[in-house]
Amino acid sequence: MSAAVVRSALTLFLVPLLFVSLPGSSLAQENPYIIAYDHYLEEPGNLEIEYLSTFGTQRAGGDFHAFWMEFEYGATAWWTTEFYLDGQSTFGDSTVFTGFRLENRFRVLKREHFINPVLYVEYENITGADKLLKEVEGHDVETDYADRNAALRQEHKHELELKLLLSGTHKGWNFTENTLAAKNLSSSPWEFGYAIGASRPLALKASAKRCSFCRQNFIAGVEMYGGLGDRHSFGLHETSHYLAPVVAWNLPSDWTLRLSAGFGLNDNSHRLLVRWGVSREITGFGSVVKNLFGGHR
Amino acid sequence: MKAELRALAATAALLSVSMALAQQDNPPASKYHKDALVYAELTRAPQKARAKRNPLERDPDAVAAGRNLFEQHCTECHGDLAEGGRKGPSLLVEQVQNSEPGTIFWILTNGVVWRGMPVWSKLPEPQRWQLVSYIKSLGVAQPVPSRGSSPKPSSGSATAPPSGHR
Repeated sequence: MSAAVVRSALTLFLVPLLFVSLPGSSLAQENPYIIAYDHYLEEPGNLEIEYLSTFGTQRAGGDFHAFWMEFEYGATAWWTTEFYLDGQSTFGDSTVFTGFRLENRFRVLKREHFINPVLYVEYENITGADKLLKEVEGHDVETDYADRNAALRQEHKHELELKLLLSGTHKGWNFTENTLAAKNLSSSPWEFGYAIGASRPLALKASAKRCSFCRQNFIAGVEMYGGLGDRHSFGLHETSHYLAPVVAWNLPSDWTLRLSAGFGLNDNSHRLLVRWGVSREITGFGSVVKNLFGGHR
Repeated sequence: MKAELRALAATAALLSVSMALAQQDNPPASKYHKDALVYAELTRAPQKARAKRNPLERDPDAVAAGRNLFEQHCTECHGDLAEGGRKGPSLLVEQVQNSEPGTIFWILTNGVVWRGMPVWSKLPEPQRWQLVSYIKSLGVAQPVPSRGSSPKPSSGSATAPPSGHR
């Protein structure tokens, strides 16, 4: 068994255990999307911590297991800020830290509408070895990831990413569409991409009893995402696309589990991307921090 | 390396600002003022929204289910007994309890985003109506006899939560 596999397995099983020790949390109502975003932001003062794994197949190279730790904080009811740490293990190769991301989402409108816009701004400082495929943009294709990690790490990306998230919820169904524009700040033209999704809880009414396996705790859906070329060659040629059924399980015992199996839709795509994540929401995190620094209880 | 340090510094600064924004101190006077502004939002519900009837008002399980939902999503801001917390106002006041169910549903759906209450349309409509059933079941709090004691839901409340729950 290679060292990369061992490290990968340790990450897979040990990191989620850290969540067990976290205090004070409440039931989250997380959507199942992993790539697409809806218009719901983190509740103010709450911190959500998520560990997410992506297993991907790779032709002409080693399969990989990429992972992130995400810290999502509700600054206000209209602003959520997130920080990600990324890494990956490529089987038969190595395990590497691949960078970080800082993300902000801003709700534009005061009230709920048929379609609700949210502005998304992200700064990425990652290497070419980042294999999370958190978004697919421009002419990203499977062969970009086939090199060994040592070679991929030579490429550094300081990237600004802008998204317009359009989402609405009707009769229990959430529909969302994300349009993406990204630019490597050091070079490269603007690149474009998209993500769309639809999801619905398995039951719309809540049970009178607390339960883990009630249907309302499960939200199922599907998302699709891919690249749309760049400023010089906009379109679908030499782009990759994925379709992924997704499901989230919101447990009354504070946890949310998410699972997704993404299937590549053309020859430029990875054949399979299996993602799973576990998250926990810590309510009143902002108050706790403030009290630590001498705020009033 | 410099770029990493700059980005980390920016991250730390942004987190600090966001926490400060989210956790501004509310001395009693400004809290009172803030609550009043939130209650005022009730009057902004459109007539069409006010006129909506609670489709679950005859559902025997609606209050219990709404109570579960309240414990899961609302107590952090509004307090365990809906008596109000540092972030959210009391729901045991006349402004709320005398409001039409449709008005409370409208507030749940739209939130009071600029005043700190997020939209709750991510809860399906029936769950929001279950929450309305629970909130309306609490009734108006008895007058508080002395400063510092928590208001109590009226004795006529259908299913006031037992003290100390959660």
